[in-house]
Amino acid sequence: MIKTFTKIISLFVFVISLSSFSAKAVELEFYFPVAVGGAAASTVEELSNKYMELNPGVTIKPIYAGSYTDATTKAITAAKGGNPPPMAVLIAIDIFKFYDEDLVLPWDDILSDEEKENWLGGFYPAFMKNSQIDGVTYGIPFQRSTPVLYYNKDAFREVGLDPDRPPQNWDEQLEYAKKLTKKGSDGNIERYGIRIPTKGFPSWLTSGLIYQNGGKMTNGLGTETFLDTPEVIEAVQYLVDLSETHKVMRPGTLEWGATPKAFFEGQTAMMWTTTGNLTNVRKNAPFDFGVAMLPAKKSFGAPTGGGNFYIFKGTPEDELQATKDFVKWMTAPDQAGVWSMATGYVAPRPDAWETQAMKDYVADFPPALVAKEQLAYADAEFSTYENPKTVKIFNTALENVMSGTISPADAMKQAQTDIDKILKDYR
Amino acid sequence: MNKKNNLISVFFLLVPGFILLISFTHIPAVKTLMNSFFSTAKGRRPSKFVGLENYDVLWNDATFWKVLTNNIIYACGVIPTSILLSLGMALWVNSKIVGRPFLRFSYFLPTVLPLIAVGNIWLFFYAPGFGLIDQIATSLGFPSFNILGSQESSLFGVMAVGIWKEAGFYMIFYLAGLQAIPPDLREAAMIEGANKWYIFWKITFPLLTPTTLFVSVNAVINSFRQIDHIVVMTQGGPDYASTLLLYYIYEAAFMFWDTAYATTLSVVLILILCVIAIGQFFVLDKKVHYQ
Amino acid sequence: MKTVSEFFSERLNVIGAWLLALLWVTPLLYAIWAAIHPIEYEANFDIFAPLTTYNFTNAWSQAPFARYLINTVMMTTMIVISQFILCTFVAFAFARFEFPFKNILFALVLLQLLIMPDILIVENYKTIRFLGIMDTILAIGLPYMASGFGIFLLRQTFKSIPKELDDAARIDGAGILRIIWNVYVPLSMPTFVAYGLVSVSFHWNNFLWPLIITNSVETRPLTVGLSIFSMSEAGVEWATISAGTLMTTAPLFIAFLIFQRQFIASFMTAGIK
Repeated sequence: MIKTFTKIISLFVFVISLSSFSAKAVELEFYFPVAVGGAAASTVEELSNKYMELNPGVTIKPIYAGSYTDATTKAITAAKGGNPPPMAVLIAIDIFKFYDEDLVLPWDDILSDEEKENWLGGFYPAFMKNSQIDGVTYGIPFQRSTPVLYYNKDAFREVGLDPDRPPQNWDEQLEYAKKLTKKGSDGNIERYGIRIPTKGFPSWLTSGLIYQNGGKMTNGLGTETFLDTPEVIEAVQYLVDLSETHKVMRPGTLEWGATPKAFFEGQTAMMWTTTGNLTNVRKNAPFDFGVAMLPAKKSFGAPTGGGNFYIFKGTPEDELQATKDFVKWMTAPDQAGVWSMATGYVAPRPDAWETQAMKDYVADFPPALVAKEQLAYADAEFSTYENPKTVKIFNTALENVMSGTISPADAMKQAQTDIDKILKDYR
Repeated sequence: MNKKNNLISVFFLLVPGFILLISFTHIPAVKTLMNSFFSTAKGRRPSKFVGLENYDVLWNDATFWKVLTNNIIYACGVIPTSILLSLGMALWVNSKIVGRPFLRFSYFLPTVLPLIAVGNIWLFFYAPGFGLIDQIATSLGFPSFNILGSQESSLFGVMAVGIWKEAGFYMIFYLAGLQAIPPDLREAAMIEGANKWYIFWKITFPLLTPTTLFVSVNAVINSFRQIDHIVVMTQGGPDYASTLLLYYIYEAAFMFWDTAYATTLSVVLILILCVIAIGQFFVLDKKVHYQ
Repeated sequence: MKTVSEFFSERLNVIGAWLLALLWVTPLLYAIWAAIHPIEYEANFDIFAPLTTYNFTNAWSQAPFARYLINTVMMTTMIVISQFILCTFVAFAFARFEFPFKNILFALVLLQLLIMPDILIVENYKTIRFLGIMDTILAIGLPYMASGFGIFLLRQTFKSIPKELDDAARIDGAGILRIIWNVYVPLSMPTFVAYGLVSVSFHWNNFLWPLIITNSVETRPLTVGLSIFSMSEAGVEWATISAGTLMTTAPLFIAFLIFQRQFIASFMTAGIK
């Protein structure tokens, strides 16, 4: 019996060894998430290949890592498992998390003074806000975005609004939304005036409202939030009034992923969503559409969003230098332009907008400029220590407000209390 | 001599499987679960022993109780429904009914489709406004619902998908069980004039009890373990209304990286499952009819 | 001769079964609809909508799905074969032998059903790294090969096989392995097929662990590859996901259709006891 047994086990081992394919050894791995569809992945690969052509002796291995959450999970698991990647593109606002877990290195350590001034200094300040802790840079802006207002020009014409004059402020936004809301023959609303999705990342879009109202959400150091303030509460009130009081927005929490579709299907005449959706909307909207900055209240305002390049502890010195060169190249004007045009992300440096390719692109497709112009008014995305938890508290509070179970004042007060409990350990 | 031979045989039979079990389940589990007695380690603050403090936090965590209640409701809805449906499906598919291959295929389909796709397709069905269910509802004159977006209904929306996914899975086991029943038993009963119900209750069902035991233990476990559809469809929202215990754990572990709390929750979940599932097994195993 | 009530209950049976099946298959019908029509028709069920293959070519071009398919097939085959071997051995021991600590060991097996493998990801990652098999297909499968589910299922089946058959084979001089191979395996065919089907489905669908443990195109399975369509900030691309899903599940469908015949065939042989 032992003989047969051994035979079976050997067969078993043989079968297993047949499938032990492993990857070839590489020099520089980097994890990247894809949040805007498959074209982004192939663009990353094209760019990496181009870099390798120009720099023989360096191998770049881009590794698709899922969504932002998945990519963070993958990076943290690898780092905790003793196998960190040299670099990864991860969501900017998790900066405090990575810092707290002691997984990432400051870019300042591997940059010369000249590089700090010219390279770091050449990024839009709005994007650097979620990239630094106390002046030390941990993330290099790469795939960044802001939300913008998309609107259905045909619908505008239908109700007598000027299709080339999008709403400039909150009052106009509400007024337009009322005009654009249309009831069907059965008495049910068949087109809402506006859609600001509140499921998924409600805090992102709501922070736009907060900035427009002159509010401030965090102290920038990751240790304190100011949710229980009049500016924030008013902003949230404006949002929920759209569906509850004025009935110009579908009630309840609205899916992020279904928003473009609702727009294309004519179920909402205006929508707030990321500029990263530009290419999607351009391709699929069956009507004439426009793009505008988010309407102002006390001023224009918008949050930034998206992912940065991080470098990880435990990476040998030579790999760090090679990583730095690669990231510098990836954020250089030509490459940033290619990336922006392929995906709809905002090129993170002013000089990227000056290349001929970008100028031609913008001339051909002016909506691409809107996000860039809005950068002058943009501010950081909500980011604190224990960010996943605090954002969830904020998001949950917003979801509750939108489903009508709690008033904005009570919700923000509760959220502030809950977040304080978490952040007090960090002060 | 015989007993020694037996023990040696048992040893060889068990060793390969158990080496893997222990390396990839039991040892990591013990290591991970020890974390429930420590605070979460962060890069800049090492973890420290806190004894039962994490359990205390859990006991006082209102969200935990909400999530546990959700899970109980979910289990009570999904388990009996999916088992009954699966038994029915197996009986239908095993009989000479017209269009059998189509039935078999349709029932088993949910198991074969990848969750990424399934979740998104169901998202479409449930989408208010242009979603399939809403389109049908509004054409019949009903108002538009936001099933997944409302606190009252999101759990039920998710339960429907759970039943849809599970029933076909259990059907396969009932099918296997049915096909292991010797047909002569049924023939003998029919010759003696028994009708279909009698055959089912006195012959088929008792002989299916090993399968039923297996299916019900799995159904209980799955109702606590299946969360993929929640990950894709509702992410547990709104406000934890559709969060099941394992999703709460997943969130603590992979989104908050609060490893101590995640393992504390896991210990509680495992204990609950232990009591229900293993208890169920050892008690019912005695009642099962083996040939 | 059938009575009237029997006639109706038969008809009801058929109608009931068919209604349920149609309900059950709706997601697939939708996937087909969305895949073969342009994006504008994702939510517009216009019968005269134009057909297109764009979604398929678009989905296919966004990632190396052919390679992902091969990886998934290799991984699933490897896992299922290993599970068949390992679980049969262990289940047989539990079904037919008495030995010290038997109940405790079986409880350990059942415990595996309860412990969610995802919790153990960080620890298992370290183990895989320690073994030096990072980013291999073997690494995806190793934690799953000893399956509590499989052991439990096979134990149930083995226990319901009459012991007399063992004894008969033993009298003929057969050793344990031969008894397993000649008596138990053939009689448990429906269970093996059922378990195989279920295991294949599970591993075909598994996402998080393969995502963590694989880095290259040469090892990445389909689920991870498909996820590229669903994480979109741009909103869910139903047409593309449906096309991608259909292409990548087609092999499973075909395998399932083939196995259906095997299922019936195995019933023929197993039913004769």
